Amino acid sequence: MRPALLVPLVVFAMVAVALAVGLGLKPREIPSALIGKAVPTFALEPMKDFGPGFSSEDLKGKVSIVNVFASWCVPCRAEHGLWIEVAKTGVPIYGLNYKDRPNNASAWLAQLGNPYTATGADELGRVGIDWGVYGVPETFVVDPDGIIQLKFIGPVDRNALETQILPKVRELQAKAVARAG
Amino acid sequence: MVAELGHFALIVALVVAAVQATVPLIGAARGADDWVAVARPAAGIQFLMAAVAFFALMYCFVQSDFSVATVFQSSHSLKPLLYKVTGVWGNHEGSLLLWILILTGFGAAVATFGTNLPPALAARVLSVQAMVGVGFLAFILFTSNPFERIFPAPAEGRGLNPLLQDPGLAIHPPFLYLGYVGFSMAFSFAVAALIEGRVDPAWARWVRPWTLAAWCFLTIGISLGSWWAYYELGWGGFWFWDPVENASFMPWLAGTALLHSAIVVERRDTLKAWTILLAILTFSLSLLGTFIVRSGVLTSVHAFATDPARGLFILGFLVVAIGGSLALFAVRAPALRPGGLFAPVSREGALVLNNILLATACATVLLGTLYPLILDAISGEKVSVGPPFFQATFVPLMLPLLAAMAVGPLLPWKRGDLRGALERLRFTFIFAGFTGLAVYALVEPRSAAATGGVALAAWLVLGGILPLYERTLRGGVSGAAARLAALPRSAIGMSLAHAGVGLVVLGLTVLLTWQTEKDQVMRVGETMDVAGYTLTLRGVASVAGPNYVAQRATFDVAKGGEVVMRLAPEKRSYVDSPQVTTEAAIEPTWLGDLYVVVGDADGNGGYAIRGYFKPFVHWLWIGAAVMVAGGLVSLSDRRHRVGAPAARRTRETGALAGAASGATE
Amino acid sequence: MTRKRQRMIFVVSGLAALGAATALVMFALSDNITFFRTPTEVVGGDVPPNNRNFRIGGLVESGSVVRHGADTIHFLVTDTRSSVKVTYTGLLPNLFKEGQGVVAEGRMGPDGVFVANQILAKHDETYMPKEVIDALKAEGQWKGQ
Repeated sequence: MRPALLVPLVVFAMVAVALAVGLGLKPREIPSALIGKAVPTFALEPMKDFGPGFSSEDLKGKVSIVNVFASWCVPCRAEHGLWIEVAKTGVPIYGLNYKDRPNNASAWLAQLGNPYTATGADELGRVGIDWGVYGVPETFVVDPDGIIQLKFIGPVDRNALETQILPKVRELQAKAVARAG
Repeated sequence: MVAELGHFALIVALVVAAVQATVPLIGAARGADDWVAVARPAAGIQFLMAAVAFFALMYCFVQSDFSVATVFQSSHSLKPLLYKVTGVWGNHEGSLLLWILILTGFGAAVATFGTNLPPALAARVLSVQAMVGVGFLAFILFTSNPFERIFPAPAEGRGLNPLLQDPGLAIHPPFLYLGYVGFSMAFSFAVAALIEGRVDPAWARWVRPWTLAAWCFLTIGISLGSWWAYYELGWGGFWFWDPVENASFMPWLAGTALLHSAIVVERRDTLKAWTILLAILTFSLSLLGTFIVRSGVLTSVHAFATDPARGLFILGFLVVAIGGSLALFAVRAPALRPGGLFAPVSREGALVLNNILLATACATVLLGTLYPLILDAISGEKVSVGPPFFQATFVPLMLPLLAAMAVGPLLPWKRGDLRGALERLRFTFIFAGFTGLAVYALVEPRSAAATGGVALAAWLVLGGILPLYERTLRGGVSGAAARLAALPRSAIGMSLAHAGVGLVVLGLTVLLTWQTEKDQVMRVGETMDVAGYTLTLRGVASVAGPNYVAQRATFDVAKGGEVVMRLAPEKRSYVDSPQVTTEAAIEPTWLGDLYVVVGDADGNGGYAIRGYFKPFVHWLWIGAAVMVAGGLVSLSDRRHRVGAPAARRTRETGALAGAASGATE
Repeated sequence: MTRKRQRMIFVVSGLAALGAATALVMFALSDNITFFRTPTEVVGGDVPPNNRNFRIGGLVESGSVVRHGADTIHFLVTDTRSSVKVTYTGLLPNLFKEGQGVVAEGRMGPDGVFVANQILAKHDETYMPKEVIDALKAEGQWKGQ
């Protein structure tokens, strides 16, 4: 074998490494801007038929999950079943209905079930901006002091739920219990 | 039900592809004819299954079955039928399905028409083709199932982006894919040849028509896309050196090089290893383009919409397909018998120069496209590489290629006579220089670069058709037509294609040098001057379209005090989408396009208006069309179709089928 | 002409083309690439040296868009931590909207305002395989990031 013939393979290997590194280089550093910060102050109107609204006060005093969703978002549909499961375990989940039409949104919840402790309609997306929402779905874990402790971008699947979100919730709950006790 | 049928057909296709990828290959190695015989029917079944799946998805779109996620995402019950149909490939899953349909279609075409291929070679080619098929079928089934149901079904779809509701856009992806995927044939032939350890002129004759057909499709696809961007995006641009555009341009450059090097293999039985390598690289670049587009890895400067699972899958596929074939190349290329010798100045030498320059240019485009990624990986610095980079690197590499393009075809094989060729070009040279000087003297504002560009264009067009002239008209007008008809079609095709490049150069030069652009806030009754035209804003009105509301500005356009036309650009807001689109008003004239865009209102009765004059822009598309025509004429060359008696019948029915029948001269 | 000599000619001309390309690339990369900065970086003073063109990306802050006439616009680009004031004159892309992603290309002005000469809007609302954008990208027509 002539070594010169290996040149294309070597060049391709370098390109492949660059691509592999590139795949790992998801521009996910933006969200970290909010981690460790208090949730923004807000008060959202209730969604049509699904009261009673949702405000920053609701997040005080317990570990909660905040889920940004919309009826026009297909992946939200995919993760919705998981939230219904989580809701059954008693973890409070708050729904931020992002840039949605009232009728579509409430029809969606009526159809798929409502896992949310409370929901708020952010029709214009202004509160979403304060939360640093870049897209839907997004999920936050907030501690009893109202500090954002985790932000998850994109649809939550079972793996992400069980390896990232729920462990974080349990960890924060344990901390809160320890502090109280 | 139909969706499940489509899903099932895809699974069957995957199984068949897996069989086709292995059994004939083993059969060819062992000389087991019955195993080899599996290849052809398997290719047919695979294509049939892909077609079932594709039409099942199309049925779901036409029926507006929103329980299918893909349909829900990209269709709407109120959409016109045409866009329901084209909506099939207006999304990731569907376009992938179209890709698979074309891939299996090419395989089936080889199985059907390649009757005069040696059975072992045909079996190996189809096996390799099926391996690619396995990769794509697995990709679609495991990461991007187009038939995924959502439950309960939504009542209405999310609609299609109105930007996509355009005939130009709707039809060009199939052409792009025909081009990309067409190069898979060259790839399969190359890998099959490496497995056999034999490349000869017959091999090149089989490969060339497939490559040529793919090249024609890709050229059509790229130019349609560029044309669409020009008239629909409202920026007056036609090429942005965007990573995704580069993704289609790189295979085009490599494919162009491959076309030329395959000629050397066909005629002179040399340059074999290089041609094999080019065939592998051309398709690899097509795959790389898919990776770039589907993984979002290169548009990643603060963009989302990337699916790591898909990216990882394609990357794995790239490593297996490209890495595997390149490794095979490294091991097997020495087995290829080296061919005849030739002097540096010769037809072969000119084609080698063509290849070196095209390959280098392709490499710079690749580097520029990947550079942001590499830098990000090394230093975390986020950069973008834009048009200035590509202009500074690509253009200087193209200039010597273009200059040599008129000379190469005049050189004889083996040992060329450069002086003789240049003497034959003497008149062309004088004419090109004269054209350049005339442009310099007559066209304001003067531009030395444009002088050179126009001279180069004249050199290319005249130089391109010079061989034709010498062989037909120079012998007198009488009989010229007969002599033309007697010429090999490939010679005519080459002349056309080269002249087409000249026309593109002409369009580019004039456009980039003399286009004018004007931004102005206009109130009703005010005027704007663009390139000798006076535009008067007559009014702005709201008009309702089928599913949009438009703000339409009306202009009277006067030249020399006389109203010569009326233009009405629009800005459309769609009912079922937050999207706004700009409908530029474009008035073609002999000298170029007058192009007007209406922007936002200032709230005081003024509107932001942008007017362009785009001189000679139509020569870009004409040039591309001439290049494609050249490719098609060359495809109809008898070398590509004489052989099986069936080929005679295909003479009328189209070059592709004829070409597919291969050749046995 | 021997085989060795022929190969040498290939190698030499190939290397010459590669050398020329390398020189062109090095030259072009030294001043034809555009850096990208987030608003937080810009506020922190991390801007490319020599007042070069660079890109800044983030969201258009809601309520920050102020128009001056039909074609001049001021707005804030934010990454939710810091904001940078941007001014731009010219036609805006159709996708430009408050609360949406945007990439602006230009330079820092002396007064700390980013003077954009080009606005590239991006339109992202869902993380799913955003079909439409994918499709646009597939066709090479997606002009954002």
